[in-house]
Amino acid sequence: MTLTPETTVAPSPDFTARVADVERSAYRARHFALNMGEVQGQGYVGQALGSADIFASVYRDQLRFRPEDPHWADRDRFLLSTGHYAIGHYAALAEAGIVPVTELDTYGSDDSRLPMSGMASYTPGMEISGGSLGHGLTVAVGMALGMRLQGSSARIFNFLSDGELDEGSTWEAAMGAHHHQLGNLTALVDMNALQADGATETVLGIEPAEEKWASFGWYTQRVDGNSAQALLAALDNIADRTGTTGEPSVILCDTKVGRGVPLLEQREKAHFMRIEEHEWQICRDQLTAGYDGKASV
Amino acid sequence: MSTTSEAPDTTTATKPKLRTSAMIASFADPGQKTAPAPFGHALVKAAETDPRIVGLTADLGKYTDMHIFAKAFPDRFFQMGMAEQLLLGAAAGMAETGLVPFASTYAVFAARRAYDFLCLDIAEPNLNVNVVGGLPGLTTGYGPSHQATEDIAIFRGMPNLTIIDPCDSVDIEQAVPQLAASPGPSYLRLLRGNVPTVLDEYDYTFELGKAKQLRPGTDVLFISSGLMTMRALQAAEQLASHHIDVAVVHSPTIKPFDTATVLGELAPDRLVITLENHTEVGGLFEAVAGVAVRHGSGRRIIPIALPDRFLDAGALPTLHERYGLSTSRIVQKVLSELA
Repeated sequence: MTLTPETTVAPSPDFTARVADVERSAYRARHFALNMGEVQGQGYVGQALGSADIFASVYRDQLRFRPEDPHWADRDRFLLSTGHYAIGHYAALAEAGIVPVTELDTYGSDDSRLPMSGMASYTPGMEISGGSLGHGLTVAVGMALGMRLQGSSARIFNFLSDGELDEGSTWEAAMGAHHHQLGNLTALVDMNALQADGATETVLGIEPAEEKWASFGWYTQRVDGNSAQALLAALDNIADRTGTTGEPSVILCDTKVGRGVPLLEQREKAHFMRIEEHEWQICRDQLTAGYDGKASV
Repeated sequence: MSTTSEAPDTTTATKPKLRTSAMIASFADPGQKTAPAPFGHALVKAAETDPRIVGLTADLGKYTDMHIFAKAFPDRFFQMGMAEQLLLGAAAGMAETGLVPFASTYAVFAARRAYDFLCLDIAEPNLNVNVVGGLPGLTTGYGPSHQATEDIAIFRGMPNLTIIDPCDSVDIEQAVPQLAASPGPSYLRLLRGNVPTVLDEYDYTFELGKAKQLRPGTDVLFISSGLMTMRALQAAEQLASHHIDVAVVHSPTIKPFDTATVLGELAPDRLVITLENHTEVGGLFEAVAGVAVRHGSGRRIIPIALPDRFLDAGALPTLHERYGLSTSRIVQKVLSELA
């Protein structure tokens, strides 16, 4: 089933406040990502900026967790399948109060708890060690089965990328989730149209992605993944269904690499984006100007 | 001169019955004592007292004895379909929630097709997932598609993974609860169907991580694992009639390897032979050789193992004879070495 989130009804004051809260969190997380990138002089900053609204929507608005007790047994799980997006995940974990903001400066350094590619054994709040792509959704299926078997109402969110739709294992998991009627499972796909060797459609075409997921028996929505409003509306649609249906859910999130920083948005798309030393402050200034400009409208 | 017919002879009565290959073939000797589906029954028994235990399979429940568990605990059994990457990834996810999964498929698929998932999702986080691989080594007459002749070689390099190569139904029955109780991941080379019962005749219990001497002997030392321990014991009996005294040490745990026991056994001056249902590359032979060399007890060690090549299809007795795993070939090997 494919649908676009309802936008004709005027949002409630409560919804407007939630959107603003997520937007502010995403804005702060983008600053964190730029700061981490500058310390390293490199990193997957483009992906972190592009996906910040997805992380913020889930961590700020949806996920049930205890910052002081990241291993709380009944928590909702957020699985980062794309290990290299760790920079964005750390920013979200800092926003969530799970990782201290002051620790972000250690990103990618020797002996840091925040390695370049996300690993569960290093970082509180990191549920799995991603990075070998196409694993996350298979593990998420097991977690969803395990939590349900043990009578928990916890939900499982798996963040993956459009490039991971190349992996056969992702589709094994997609079939398994439908077969086992895992209504407690939501996949969030960052459709940034970019993978290591170039544009996704030139590497291995994955469209029409909505039809693929829908035909695998998933409740499928495709939204502007840089719109907090669209993301929350989609997540609300899923939350409304949770417990009433066995269909797993997927949100295909169309995002822009480097989102929020025009200098990077306009730069030639690259999996590993180069940013010169003098550009980091320009990036921060552009990010702030864009957020302030939007906030003042 | 009688008239000869051009028609082919369709009568079979006069033809010798051919030995044929079969995917599921028993290696039990005719009349040998066996136990049905020891893995399935052991898992059911363990699950009766350990509610964490769940079972998964990848469309091979009936062929890995997992169907016994599925029938006893339908709510704790999960059919993952012919999708081995999902099987092992999902098993990892279930273990992350506190369950103790046993996930079964054929050894070739666990080792070759889903290696990355076992490595990164199960072994790296050191989860208590127990992977159960059917048709280990040369236990099927189907060719290389089903013969997991190099599974131990593949898995020995994986940190955290315990590797078990059981001899018989006794080993399997005793290993299953120990694997469930042991915190890290394991790979169990499954013997399924009517599995020989051999070790009940000896003063033996399976202990995770331990090699055990089954019989003493002054002339020859056999160090063996898996079904080759059964053959080693048979060969030792036959060699006794040649006045050759053979010790048999069974090492069902391939990793972590019982260095202390094996070193102790290597000390006396005897002909040392390793026996394994696996390629001579990367398995028991190299584990024993590595221990010997590392500790300076360098000496000649002779492998009885499968050759480093893709094997033929055929009937198991034919193939075991061809590749030197049969009891008679073991006896011949010892006699020629001592000649």
